[in-house]
Amino acid sequence: MAKGLFGSSLMKKFWMSITGLFLISFLLVHCALNALIFANDGGMLFNQGAHFMGTNIIIRTMEIVLFGGLIAHVVDGLMLFFQNRSARPVKYAYEKPSASSKWYSRSMALLGTLILLFLILHLYHFWLRTRITGLTVQPTHVFFEGHKLEDLYGEMKFVFSHLWVVIVYVLGCFSLFWHLLHGFRSAFQSLGLNYTKYKNGIAFCGDLFSVVIPTVFAAMPVSMYMGWVH
Amino acid sequence: MEKGMNLKLKVWRQKSTADKGGIVDYNVNNVSPDMSFLEMIDVLNEDLVKKGDDPVAFDHDCREGICGMCSMFINGEAHGPNRGVTTCQLHMRSFKDGDTVYVEPWRSEGFPVIKDLMVNRGAFDRIQQAGGFVSVNTSGRTMDANAIPIPKEDADKAFDAATCIGCGACVATCPNGSAMLFVGAKVSQFALLPQGQVERKDRVLNMVKQMDEEGFGNCSNIGACEVQCPKNISLEVIARMNREYLTANVKPEN
Repeated sequence: MAKGLFGSSLMKKFWMSITGLFLISFLLVHCALNALIFANDGGMLFNQGAHFMGTNIIIRTMEIVLFGGLIAHVVDGLMLFFQNRSARPVKYAYEKPSASSKWYSRSMALLGTLILLFLILHLYHFWLRTRITGLTVQPTHVFFEGHKLEDLYGEMKFVFSHLWVVIVYVLGCFSLFWHLLHGFRSAFQSLGLNYTKYKNGIAFCGDLFSVVIPTVFAAMPVSMYMGWVH
Repeated sequence: MEKGMNLKLKVWRQKSTADKGGIVDYNVNNVSPDMSFLEMIDVLNEDLVKKGDDPVAFDHDCREGICGMCSMFINGEAHGPNRGVTTCQLHMRSFKDGDTVYVEPWRSEGFPVIKDLMVNRGAFDRIQQAGGFVSVNTSGRTMDANAIPIPKEDADKAFDAATCIGCGACVATCPNGSAMLFVGAKVSQFALLPQGQVERKDRVLNMVKQMDEEGFGNCSNIGACEVQCPKNISLEVIARMNREYLTANVKPEN
């Protein structure tokens, strides 16, 4: 059974889609919570949400699972990439891949690598500071109804006051958009759930998710830089 | 008589599996637009034979688009630029006078080149032998297949999958060199029919195991195979294979 769960090509695809869907569920939570900055209340609602996420035992446990899922997705993806490359040791002299498939479908490893590079910067900006080293913004805490809350909103404003950071974040969102555009529906195909009956529904949800989530994410650094949220 | 086309061919020549091989340029003149692509290669070969050169080796058999023998990666596409046809059904009217045409063999770890444009597709035979069959009693009291009621929709889907001619265009065109459209079709055609139920779980497990051993890549749902398949086999068969495989793994007993 152990071999059956990991060894084969189809199980590698199975884990790719399970971890992918798990990361998609994380994106939804992350995006919804961060969208609280758009409440335009000086970040009070957002800081409370961030405080809840940072102190809740279930969320903190899921954080470990999330890192595990991310690493599994990356390792599995790299294994698939290198195996697939060795499946064609002699390349074609002339290829016309655009005739039969989309470039982003063929470039999942590249897009994934770009997202990973973005993620390293992103973790450095926020996760590292809030969990380990402490925030760089002064003062680091704000008071709300007698509770001392970390001012992550202030940290966001500080980080997104640099134009190059905003540009890198927007590019990261573009990579995420194309990665999701293929990945979302692909996950259902790998799980064998892409029945003809559901095919259009899955494709529609996938396209909608791929557009909405990265757009909302990209709107955060842009609107903070432009001073649209306050 | 209308003057034929002149084409510049860039053909992969390779003496044997061990030989390194390379692209060789040829000019083919006075090609009729009504010729099939294979007939155009026949013309080239006649020239080569007359000159005392070694003719280009290529696979072909029925030349009616149903046997799955012809292959050829033409101008960057399996079976050439047209859809739903094999190379033997590709006609020279799809090309223009003066065109440069690349002709290469299927490229895959699982399909070693025998010579020139011929590849060994024995890997597909071994995958079939691993489970692509139903064991029927041949004692003479075999039940008539037509006596078993099958929903029309299932019969149609099984037939659609069974139209796969095993040519290997899916592998050739897949950026991952994956054989999953072929294996998915062969798993589907039996999984949908009552006759296939007895060996249903063993079939998908064994066929996938053999597919992996042959060195084919992993499907990443790019979808190029279904576009280039001369029989228009749908990606749906891969979804079904995934489903069959997961079910067989999770619930190994009937």
